Amino acid sequence: MIKHLLSAADLDADGATRVLDTAAEMASVAGREVKKLPTLRGRTVVNLFYEDSTRTRISFEAAAKRLSADVINFSAKGSSVSKGESLKDTALTLQAMGADAVVVRHPASGAPHRLAGWVDGSVLNAGDGTHEHPTQALLDAYTMRARLGRLSGLTVAIVGDVLHSRVARSNVLLLHTLGADVTLVGPPTLLPVGVEGWPVKTSYDLDAVLPTVDVVMMLRVQRERMADSYFPSAREYARRYGLDAARLARLPDHAVVMHPGPMNRGMEIAPSVADSPRSTIVEQVANGVAVRMAVLYLMLGGSR
Amino acid sequence: MTGPTYLLRGVSIVGGEPTDLLLRDGVVARAGRGLRADERIDADGLVALPGLVDLHTHLREPGREDAETVESGSRAAALGGYTAVCAMANTDPVADTAGVVEQVWRLGREAGLVDVQPVGAVTVGLRGEQLAELGAMATSAAGVRMFSDDGHCVWDARLMRRALEYVKAFDGVVAQHAEEPRLTDGAQLHEGDVSARLGLTGWPAVAEEAIIARDVLLAEHVGSRLHVCHVSTAGSVEILRWAKRREGLTGRPSRVTAEVCPHHLLLTDERAASYDPVFKVNPPLRTQSDVDALRAALVEGVIDAVATDHAPHAVEDKECEWAYARPGMVGLETALSIVLDAVGPDWQLIAERMSRTPARIAGLAEHGNDPAPGTAATLTLVDPAARWTVDPNALASRSRNTPYAGLTLPGRVVATFLRGVPTVLDGKAVR
Repeated sequence: MIKHLLSAADLDADGATRVLDTAAEMASVAGREVKKLPTLRGRTVVNLFYEDSTRTRISFEAAAKRLSADVINFSAKGSSVSKGESLKDTALTLQAMGADAVVVRHPASGAPHRLAGWVDGSVLNAGDGTHEHPTQALLDAYTMRARLGRLSGLTVAIVGDVLHSRVARSNVLLLHTLGADVTLVGPPTLLPVGVEGWPVKTSYDLDAVLPTVDVVMMLRVQRERMADSYFPSAREYARRYGLDAARLARLPDHAVVMHPGPMNRGMEIAPSVADSPRSTIVEQVANGVAVRMAVLYLMLGGSR
Repeated sequence: MTGPTYLLRGVSIVGGEPTDLLLRDGVVARAGRGLRADERIDADGLVALPGLVDLHTHLREPGREDAETVESGSRAAALGGYTAVCAMANTDPVADTAGVVEQVWRLGREAGLVDVQPVGAVTVGLRGEQLAELGAMATSAAGVRMFSDDGHCVWDARLMRRALEYVKAFDGVVAQHAEEPRLTDGAQLHEGDVSARLGLTGWPAVAEEAIIARDVLLAEHVGSRLHVCHVSTAGSVEILRWAKRREGLTGRPSRVTAEVCPHHLLLTDERAASYDPVFKVNPPLRTQSDVDALRAALVEGVIDAVATDHAPHAVEDKECEWAYARPGMVGLETALSIVLDAVGPDWQLIAERMSRTPARIAGLAEHGNDPAPGTAATLTLVDPAARWTVDPNALASRSRNTPYAGLTLPGRVVATFLRGVPTVLDGKAVR
């Protein structure tokens, strides 16, 4: 298994499938009365979070604890530079504490790559800036496979602020690895220059894309983006790219709706859609723990 | 000046037939065979170049003496074959007054390893709001002729026009850092495939090209000299080619000049994939097609000079997250080797782009002259056959932020003379 999980591209098809298969086994643990395995007893997992992210931190914490690891939560809000201690010094501290794995969330793209050069343990990227969030992509793939029975040959639309989305980047890479076809949809201002080189189709027209997809994944769009003229107003964004009931009706019957959370209800997704049976949003959260258990198990379990 | 005399035996002057050169009393006294001197240097196989001149050096003093000083930067320059460097104005305090430029000039004289020619800021505090006292800096002991807000663009078109006009009174030149700031807010890396993949905010080529296009038109309109710093894109080359063609039609001497940095002649944005900020620089590393266009433009003469943009940074400003790191690379000690690698051993071209033309742009008459009887003995001796491996810890600069660590490069500076006095001998700094 890989030493670090910095990018969804670190996993080949076999490795990714192994994570998803292992996650299915881990999910069965959640159904037991005692939701705990002894696998990582005596191992230390540090959650190093430079950004607020209650849901991701709790998910990793629950995953590590269900594998009997010792968990240390290290919250360091704000940029490391402005707050005094550098990322490197923090890394050396964690190294001295004997961290077997560091789960890092950071506002700067590439921070986990830097960290991986400074610690001996494994580094798991839990979201870095506008770069990647590989375990989110894994749990999304797991959810799709659970709902639709396969990944290869699926058509997935990822809709919204692709430019600033680490979820989109990781999903594009992982879904491509696993044989799904991805279409990125959004206003041209929110699709990155350079997207031409990605293994995806792109579209500015959500209505045209919806009838062709098996999965539509809505990305969170921050209202503040309109201050930078990425779009004129929240209302216009919702009108052109929001998933409302009328657009939901354009989807094939079997298609599902995903969102990585947290949602802006009424912006990129209407409340009735978010709460509909087509939505996998709550399952995604539950699957997150199983997938992160699988990743920790595969990365740390065999190495002793 | 009565130091020892030196005899350079069997030296090739800018690639010509081997001869002997006698350096005495600060000048090249004689050339030919059968000469005697106090010290003999076996220069068989070595090439003598006019001492290199760098139009773009950050020496960091005053303000960031932990990263570089005038003396440490001068030593690095001498080791790189330089005899003159133009010290950029973005010090702390900013070199925007006669007092600060004179301080830098005096520190350079005291170090005595290269001629340090201060560059004055165009605007007060580099803030782009109000002209600095350009005339006072011009008439100071430092004799400033080149003005630049480097690190910042003089983005206001009216202010740029005024600066271009004003410096005509003392044959000054404005050296522009071409970067439209509204297009580069938060920018980290060339906008393209790699920035999209790495999730780093893009620095679009158009932000450079739009300013260059504007400035060549402004310079033509007011009949002033413009120098474009660190050209980094193929599109900029096209605009400069267009500007020079127009100049050719008027029959007047060239009023627009441009420089390229060694790193833009070799490295591409793919280097950022490591997220190691040693590859972070402003303007950013571009694509291979930009690199190819810049090399061709340097050979063709659309780009007039190589300038290092030597930008030392303390360890803590680079050993961090990419977005928090300061942009810049040290370059004085590697520039000649990188250019040699990029354009090959065309010594006339190298002398033109790294010494004669930059000396003319900076107004340094004592520099940029091919070694010949009667000229100042301000020259550098290069071993074209030597290859060396870059070790950051072996650099004379106080900073270690070279992007070439571990790279094996052609060409080694064996000796550098400044007015007949050696600053480098046997590839080592004399002091």
